[in-house]
Amino acid sequence: MNDHDIPVTEDELHAFVDGQLPHDRRVAVENWLAAHAEDAARVRAWREQADALRARYADVVTEVAPRRLALDRLAVGAWHRFAATAAAAAIAAFLVGGLSGWWARGATAAMPSPEARLTTEALDAHRLYVAEVRHPIEVRGGEQHLLPWLSRRVGTALRTPELGAFDLKLLGGRLLPGPSGAAALLMYESPKGERFTVYCSRLRGPQTALRYAVAGDVAAFHWIDGEFGYVVSGPAERERLRRVTQAVYDDLENRAPAQRRSDADQPASPRGS
Amino acid sequence: MALDGFRRDVEAAIPALRRYARALTRNGETADDLVQDTLVRALRFEHLFIGGEVRSWLYTILTNLNRNRLRTLARRPHLAPLGEDDGPLTAAPDGGGRDIERALASLAEEQRAALLLVVLEGLSYRAAAEVQGVPIGTVMSRLARARAHIKAYLDGERPALRRVK
Repeated sequence: MNDHDIPVTEDELHAFVDGQLPHDRRVAVENWLAAHAEDAARVRAWREQADALRARYADVVTEVAPRRLALDRLAVGAWHRFAATAAAAAIAAFLVGGLSGWWARGATAAMPSPEARLTTEALDAHRLYVAEVRHPIEVRGGEQHLLPWLSRRVGTALRTPELGAFDLKLLGGRLLPGPSGAAALLMYESPKGERFTVYCSRLRGPQTALRYAVAGDVAAFHWIDGEFGYVVSGPAERERLRRVTQAVYDDLENRAPAQRRSDADQPASPRGS
Repeated sequence: MALDGFRRDVEAAIPALRRYARALTRNGETADDLVQDTLVRALRFEHLFIGGEVRSWLYTILTNLNRNRLRTLARRPHLAPLGEDDGPLTAAPDGGGRDIERALASLAEEQRAALLLVVLEGLSYRAAAEVQGVPIGTVMSRLARARAHIKAYLDGERPALRRVK
């Protein structure tokens, strides 16, 4: 029996349009289309769709990609220091999250990423309140009850990291609704009027190393530690923000009781270069 | 060295990734966010890349990230006006582009991804199946449904409120 006599299937029509039809069936399909006007019309429509799609998005490949996509800027080199501090569990969590789709071929694809939501909320809050001239905060930094109040509402003993080394002075803080409960926002300001915020909220999620997110002219470093997520936001100058974040991170890491002060120098905290 | 080869492959894939993401989301900013997240993950997990085609791996990560993004969106209170999908931020150059973009927006997510992987990105059916984590037959039926839906849409039989989700 001749190949040409085998009826053409719907899949073959698609493969014909997509150039994925085995060579020996191409003629059979062409003959089929010559005799079946309806199928020929469908094939023509599919081709027009494909042409329209390619034409619509052809420009994207010739556009200059935004700088934030340059691999050098995304390079992990600077991150090894941070990554090294993450617990092995965090690495495992990344695998489950980022690569499950690849390994499990999408069977589970589990990565709800509560951290991404937290970061989005923090950046939104940052943008909103940093722009406030008169009421950027609810309670001033000098007020005694700032920390007890925020700590009680958020559910962890908060600290106000000392960022004087960066010319950043604590303005104060406010309470916000976070993605999974109350969130505290601490705001710092430099003499030049630049503002940085530290956001903290309870977050159920695997412990993670520091990660960077840019949103226009503001950026954030975020991580999860214990049951809490932290986001440090500021102007999108990565290196400077990283150093500020590291100071915040160190400060929070060192919140062990005073008598265990010697523990503060353990290699678990990321050290500056 | 293998490491440089990997980075070079990733770099070379960026324009195509941006195109795929742009068509997938119909929004330039969102698309580049996805690409950025994809690249960060790829670089972070470079040492875990087990061979094969880097480009397919990147499409896989991006497809999964987009799926997660949509899930997150679905959990949020929906405050956007009806028909939001019809108003992407990127302006279409002409009526034809706008039409195909709207038709694309009206597809179910996995059909859209299947169509774009095959038609726009030129992946083989097998590669598209691996990216989507489904059998080839599923890709074929997604492709068929996507094409039928777009044809109906462009023919004017807009299944207006019957968007398949």
